[in-house]
Amino acid sequence: MTKLLINEREIVVPGEELAEGMDFLPSHGTYRDKDKIVSSKLGVVSVNKTIIKVIPLTGRYMPKIDDIVIGRVIEIGFYGWSVDIGSAYPATLSIRDATEFIDKGENLTKYYDYGDILAAQVIRTTRYNSIDITTKGPGLKKLSGGKVIEVTPSKVPRMIGKQGSMISMIKDATGCNILIGQNGRVWIKGTNLENENLVTKTIMKIEEESHIDGLTDKIKKLLESKK
Amino acid sequence: MNNDYIISLIQQDKRVDERKFDEMREIEIETNISKNAEGSARCKMGDTEVMVGIKMDIGEPYPDNPDEGTIIVTAELLPLASPVFELGPPGPQATELARIVDRGIRESKCLDFKKLCIKKGEKVWMVFIDIYPLNDDGNLIDASVLATLAALKNAKIPKVENDAVVFGEFTNKKLELNKLPITFTFGKIGNKILLDLNSKEESVIDSRLSISVNEGNIHAMQKGGDKVITMEEVEQMVDMAIKKEKELRSLIK
Amino acid sequence: MAGYDKRFSGRKFDEMREIEAKVGVIKRADGSALFRMGDTIAIAAVYGPRELHPRFLQNPETGILRCNYDMTSFSVPERKRPGPNRRGVEISLVTEKALLPVLELKQFPNAVVDVFVEIVQANAGTRCAGISAAALALAHAGIPMKDLVSAVSVGKVSGKVLIDLDKEEEDVDDATDIPIAMTGRKQEITLLQLDGNLAKKDLMEAIKLAKQGCEKINKIQQKALKDAYKSVKNE
Repeated sequence: MTKLLINEREIVVPGEELAEGMDFLPSHGTYRDKDKIVSSKLGVVSVNKTIIKVIPLTGRYMPKIDDIVIGRVIEIGFYGWSVDIGSAYPATLSIRDATEFIDKGENLTKYYDYGDILAAQVIRTTRYNSIDITTKGPGLKKLSGGKVIEVTPSKVPRMIGKQGSMISMIKDATGCNILIGQNGRVWIKGTNLENENLVTKTIMKIEEESHIDGLTDKIKKLLESKK
Repeated sequence: MNNDYIISLIQQDKRVDERKFDEMREIEIETNISKNAEGSARCKMGDTEVMVGIKMDIGEPYPDNPDEGTIIVTAELLPLASPVFELGPPGPQATELARIVDRGIRESKCLDFKKLCIKKGEKVWMVFIDIYPLNDDGNLIDASVLATLAALKNAKIPKVENDAVVFGEFTNKKLELNKLPITFTFGKIGNKILLDLNSKEESVIDSRLSISVNEGNIHAMQKGGDKVITMEEVEQMVDMAIKKEKELRSLIK
Repeated sequence: MAGYDKRFSGRKFDEMREIEAKVGVIKRADGSALFRMGDTIAIAAVYGPRELHPRFLQNPETGILRCNYDMTSFSVPERKRPGPNRRGVEISLVTEKALLPVLELKQFPNAVVDVFVEIVQANAGTRCAGISAAALALAHAGIPMKDLVSAVSVGKVSGKVLIDLDKEEEDVDDATDIPIAMTGRKQEITLLQLDGNLAKKDLMEAIKLAKQGCEKINKIQQKALKDAYKSVKNE
């Protein structure tokens, strides 16, 4: 006896039974209890053949290697910078991962100062949750000017869209520079406040309605109506 | 959102939420939010939200004012309301908030302390005003004052038997407020003056001035922040407060 | 009092007060909820997982849970002095223990999840309302958890076993009050306290009542969480 107890894309809560039988495999946001697969998150169910996972609707960013993230410098030490990337712990950007050679004892604020916004990439995470990031690489750098807004990390794929279609549409309609980090931080820089705010509103709309069908059309209309 | 961005917008006469410099966020006031309180109210100002409860008890008057009741204002910055608030006794920010509210009420004499006297030299009403921010998105001061006035205005005097309060039972008699002094808090960022700052704007504030006004008269002021303000700026802020007081007063029912 | 045939409130002996549950009531928090049972209103906010300071409190094996239960001064007929007291400290502790069994904090070593419960209006059963609110806020914050937790107080008043005592019933001389919290799916007990005097038979009957009550509360909690996201869907 093997069966799904919920529908694909249904919203579920912790403790809700998702499937019965040993043919299904629990993935992210779920666990097995005897012959049942149960949700451990508030989220949306995704079933891929026999693999069941719950994509969270809320929660902190869980760093993964190679993720591009947007962070803010919160501390500067002898060996590098502490960067808030919205996860449970700050990430570390060590001198050797920051830029070309930096002399020992050099004033690090010259490179990245307190409060600076960085585009960085996750290069290491450990069991004890130290997170190492780098700013060496194409597009990785200090982001000057502009503003940063926050969305639920699990909704980032919707913001980007298929092959970047959603983000391109927003960029084209507003003329703003937009960078979306996997950690749910979105950096926006445009020529004026109105355009930047239109981007903010659009992104917030996607955040709220990410699980709705026909989202792309809705967003298109929103962007056109404001022009 | 980084601070430079907020500041650069303000220099262009713009605010992050597209408000005008003298524009308040939307205000919503709800009264009688807690049944066991003599009076209570919640004030929402944008995303800022403050609860205030009034409790009353009978106590002895101060020797220098034997025929006057008294108010005791306390504010608790619950860690529930902001990631930066911490558990523990009220710190300087909570104490300042309570004191500003206290002075607005006390100095305007909007509450007649003499009417709070039960028996001269022996028994008077003590009115406890307790302020609890629920969500801090800036300008807790003005939201607290509005919630306090709404809570006071709707407070019912408790029942008394044998000179003691019967807890949980109220009379139909209300606390009388003969004025509604409104507090406006301004922030100075660079050389610009803004009203009703949100928490992002508060994080880049240079100086701050709170003004409690009632029909053109000023009853309490408090300057905050690390930098200076000029006489001209004070005048500008007072003018703005006097211009706006009526509009806000009408929200207190 | 001889024979409690009809409850002061007119409720049936197995009938809880009206329940209201809502998430997302505090914007700055990572998760938040309001839970009302009759005239008892609890609000809960969750912050975290975030780095725990001071460092010596950190546990490299797991994230830890910290709960703080408090009442507003005006939530009760006689003003409660602001700040902690012994009762609040104990309730904070049992709240923590009521929630801990369902939480999966192993993936957050050295971190803390803070839960703040504030009682805005009290008419008995505040710790239970607080726990139900806290469970909602934790789920709303996206904290991994095996299950939700629901809580209700059961007891015996003048010979009758009943559910969800209000203040008037709690104040009856012979009243026995049993706050109980349970997980949703398997209905395993995570909080059990008792004040009063009770035979074993009555205790078991009371726990049975609590099971029925918690099942209903769990459904209301599930709905509150889903509604927060569904409301947009039905536009």
